[in-house]
Amino acid sequence: MNVDTQLELWEVFIQKNNGLPFKHEGSVHASDKETALQHARDIYTRRGEGRTIWVVPAKYIASTTADDEAMFFDTTDDKAYRHPTFYVMPEGAKQI
Amino acid sequence: MEDILTTPISQTALAHFEARLQNDEKIEPKDWMPEAYRKTVLRQMMQHAHSEVIGMQPEGNWVLRAPSLRAKKILLAKIQDEGGHGLYLYSAAETLGMDRTEMIQLLHEQKAKYSSIFNYPALTWADIGAIGWLVDGAAIVNQVSLQRTSYGPYARAMVRICKEESFHQRQGYEIMATMMKGTPEQQAMAQDAMNRWWWPSLMMFGPHDADSPHTEQSMEWKIKRESNDRLRQKFIDKTIDQAYVIGLTIPDKDLKFNEETKSYSIGPINWDEFWSVVKGNGPCNKQRMTHHIKYHEEGRWVREALEAFAKKQIEMN
Repeated sequence: MNVDTQLELWEVFIQKNNGLPFKHEGSVHASDKETALQHARDIYTRRGEGRTIWVVPAKYIASTTADDEAMFFDTTDDKAYRHPTFYVMPEGAKQI
Repeated sequence: MEDILTTPISQTALAHFEARLQNDEKIEPKDWMPEAYRKTVLRQMMQHAHSEVIGMQPEGNWVLRAPSLRAKKILLAKIQDEGGHGLYLYSAAETLGMDRTEMIQLLHEQKAKYSSIFNYPALTWADIGAIGWLVDGAAIVNQVSLQRTSYGPYARAMVRICKEESFHQRQGYEIMATMMKGTPEQQAMAQDAMNRWWWPSLMMFGPHDADSPHTEQSMEWKIKRESNDRLRQKFIDKTIDQAYVIGLTIPDKDLKFNEETKSYSIGPINWDEFWSVVKGNGPCNKQRMTHHIKYHEEGRWVREALEAFAKKQIEMN
């Protein structure tokens, strides 16, 4: 093998505490999922920043971009009735 | 860039890009950006990443000679952080389309730079104090400002790095403070480190604004949020008082305090020295690069073994 390798790229998601959502923290290079998890621990949780880690090969992540923003999300702009504040409640009605 | 601008679609894209910057929005990896913006951010992040990694060398020199187990554990943790910071930054830089392999190759071919400060040697234990307090201190001033940089992955890496760097600066200052309470020899050693690291730390912010041709464009694109001179002044004003608190003197005979602006003015910076070190003539330029290349080569078999193992796993499944 003459070509140098930095191995596959994995995206790292960390759950800070039980019950919280996983948050994207960065990426690591690793040959397989076990080493990817170990590298992610060493690089992103040196101060107890997490209790669970996900690693996902970066090539499997699909994403929209700022250019897609209008096409993707504008359709929800005119649907105010999806929010509770849209509705007029009778005066005196409580706990609703 | 001119070619891109001749097509109407790109002009719309450019207007959209500039409007987003105007609103202080972050630019994300897959968003459209001018080629010159991509190149500038990539170059800056790559240089920043290389600096973190090369910066491990002067400190690594002292791990086996740390004066106590406490000091050794702290130094190891700090050096590990610097390696981590390099990796956050490489990972952020890779989002702009260059592989880390190529970045390291550019470093080895001396086509990519790292901060010149790391071409100075760490001669005594007091240098470890001075590096943490002054070099990391200067880096923090710059990095706090970069938390607001316009490229999303860079800004996020900076937030994380800033959280960790404040321990670095404090441990350095603690070393200096301890030595200044010690024997006359220890005090002299601390002052000597101060004398050697003060000016190179001020040079870390780069040339004066008038001599920094790229600053204007970088500020317009919000890659850079504050100018070199402004950041340097912030560092000077907070660091000088810290020096006085522990009894160190500033090696600058022209230093003056301006009562009106509550700010210090310093003597002239030796830019000839700065450019000479940038161009490769500092005390340790050769040593730093030789060391990096040596360990990169010696680690090659580990990367190859990992890759072979991964291939075998796939075949077995």
